[in-house]
Amino acid sequence: MAAEKTTPDANIEVASNMGEDTTLATREETQFMSPPVDIFETDEGLMVLADLPGVTNDDVDIQVEDYLLTIKGKTSYSPNPDLIHDEFRLLNFFRQFKLGNEVDQERISARVKNGVLTVNLPKAEKIKPRRIAVNVE
Amino acid sequence: MSPMTMSVFDELNRMRREMDRLQVVERSPRWGFPFSRVSFLPGRAARSYPLMNISEDADNIRVEALAPGIDPESLDISIAGDQLTVTGEKLALSEAIAPEMIHRNERASGRFLRSVTLPTEVDSKKIEASYKDGLLKVTLPKAEAAKPRKIKVNIS
Repeated sequence: MAAEKTTPDANIEVASNMGEDTTLATREETQFMSPPVDIFETDEGLMVLADLPGVTNDDVDIQVEDYLLTIKGKTSYSPNPDLIHDEFRLLNFFRQFKLGNEVDQERISARVKNGVLTVNLPKAEKIKPRRIAVNVE
Repeated sequence: MSPMTMSVFDELNRMRREMDRLQVVERSPRWGFPFSRVSFLPGRAARSYPLMNISEDADNIRVEALAPGIDPESLDISIAGDQLTVTGEKLALSEAIAPEMIHRNERASGRFLRSVTLPTEVDSKKIEASYKDGLLKVTLPKAEAAKPRKIKVNIS
């Protein structure tokens, strides 16, 4: 879980920063927020918690491919037009983590509650610690 | 005083105004201001929590606060005159998790309190609040006395 990425494609960002024609690029593809996460280990595996305010269960997209965990969240929040005090905007969320081979990729589960995403990454059976009885003679 | 010294003071005044302006920007982070990765967290962010967007139309004031992962039981909203106060608690990771088991802990936690002054008096009996997807939305109907009134101009 060491390596991580916080933007989907560096080239896209560079293009928009260089002042090239980005009129075709949508907000979804150019600007992202990186959600803060908690990652901890349990006996069964790894738990990832991520703050994704404004994201519902249907709008979250979790992918695991080649030991790469991708968290994407689409937010539909936009502030009311007649703002008198303006402190935040929400963009879509993106963050990637490299997983070790000890995670059972088939049994990963996730849910969103109160704007917090919980991803459960169970350990593969063969990695789980096994008690080995020592026979003392 | 020669014109030369005058312009030096003008320049100083201009710089002071510029600094004041920068400080205002710092105090009210806006869209376009580089938002930090942890800007909506309590504790670790050296700014008000939760962040709030406030909008106003003829009848209502609407407050939206960015507060993911709050224990809904702990959320408490109170109003006194034109002062709206929101308190609550963002739960920390369970104490049962041994520190050596935690790989990352970026989501800060703890109790919070924020008070804001609303632009008008509101009808405290009709306030509605909802908490969904980590967003707290409060609708505060304006007090009758504070609503805008049309005044007819008699043309003689």
